[in-house]
Amino acid sequence: MCLAIPVQVTELLDGDMAKVSLDGVQKVISLALVEDVQVGDYVILHVGYALNKLDPEEAQKTLELLAQAGVGAPS
Amino acid sequence: MKYVDEYRDGKLARQIAATITAEARDNRDYRFMEFCGGHTHAIARYGLEDLLPNNVRMIHGPGCPVCVLPVGRMDDAIKLAQRPDVTLCTYADLMRVPGSQGLSLIKAKAAGADIRMVYSTLDALRIAQEEPDRKVVFFAIGFETTTPPTALAIVQAQKLGLKNFFVFCNHVLTPAAIQNILESPDVRDLGLVRIDGFIGPAHVSTVIGTRPYDFFAEEFQKPVVVAGFEPLDVMQAILMLVRQVNDGRCEVENEYSRAVTPDGNLKAQDLVSSIFELRDMFEWRGLGDVPYSALKLRDAYAAFDAEKVFDITTQPAQDNPACECGAILRGVKKTTDCKLFGTVCTPETPMGSCMVSSEGSCAAHWTYGRFRDATEKQAS
Repeated sequence: MCLAIPVQVTELLDGDMAKVSLDGVQKVISLALVEDVQVGDYVILHVGYALNKLDPEEAQKTLELLAQAGVGAPS
Repeated sequence: MKYVDEYRDGKLARQIAATITAEARDNRDYRFMEFCGGHTHAIARYGLEDLLPNNVRMIHGPGCPVCVLPVGRMDDAIKLAQRPDVTLCTYADLMRVPGSQGLSLIKAKAAGADIRMVYSTLDALRIAQEEPDRKVVFFAIGFETTTPPTALAIVQAQKLGLKNFFVFCNHVLTPAAIQNILESPDVRDLGLVRIDGFIGPAHVSTVIGTRPYDFFAEEFQKPVVVAGFEPLDVMQAILMLVRQVNDGRCEVENEYSRAVTPDGNLKAQDLVSSIFELRDMFEWRGLGDVPYSALKLRDAYAAFDAEKVFDITTQPAQDNPACECGAILRGVKKTTDCKLFGTVCTPETPMGSCMVSSEGSCAAHWTYGRFRDATEKQAS
């Protein structure tokens, strides 16, 4: 139910709406719950609404953390 | 898919699992509850339990809003849909949930009720605009993630001057449910369920932030790690929980920092609190009556409140007596302890709600986990 997916904003539309893309699939969603979203930003999409902006720096940090967690483990 | 694929790397998952195995102490076991159905689904779908050492076990929590909706509220929605003047709009998740007397929304629809599956509250609003002669009721359900879209729909309906749009509100709150589990006799007195830590919600936390969990870490001395719904997020969270337990720490840590901040989405929080207020009490399937655990529309929005407009008084209704959903949702029993599981109760003909939603622990186990049971049975 709380499923939400990262999508990229490709066009800002009137009325707090935006066009987004996920792997080529286009959809019009609402940006009414978030602020300062620009074209190119990734947002977390849930039932037609962006819930939050995705932070690319934090995403990178988490990937580094994951890589570290896997280091040194007997595989 | 960017921000998805990199968190599904199977090789890395096995390496993190090896680290968990190396760091988990042999002389004890670790029992963690993932609260969210989204995590339950990821654990089953990606076979994460198979990667974990035997002394690290996951208990599947009640964080699936479809699963915890009591039968009586389902009956209310079916009754609403059967009114000739009503169009009931619902997320697809609820279509097959059994009400009492073997009815469900999908059966009511087959019998002629006007029920429409929608992806978003935006669709329900559009239907209300396009069909002004219909009374359009949105069957609102979900945790903090799904509540702001419902709140926005009410704001929008008011702005548009819609007189035929209503909300049947069943929104529930995560922290109240976690507290209820931690204070339940099963955990506190009877010792039936031991929980060493929680994987905290992913998208609920994008809205409410990580601060609400501080209380559990402090008051109940339980570590909490907020995690994303991808398999590597879950593996990393389990490793972080094992480390907290080993160090004797009880902190709130955030693995899902790419989407979750300590404060959450303040704009969404303000919106929700302007439209909704706490109910004194709400029934959860499996947990019973939980105080201050659900929301209702504020009086100022009574004209949009289906409960008031259609004068709904929920009648208590019983689950199938053999159904173990209640005990499974509290973590007291496992899916396979239920004699209905996989016999009369399957995703095609669900008896209990845990078999309906793909996030329910029974449906997840039916779809992915039962093959492991078969292999184990064969091996023994």
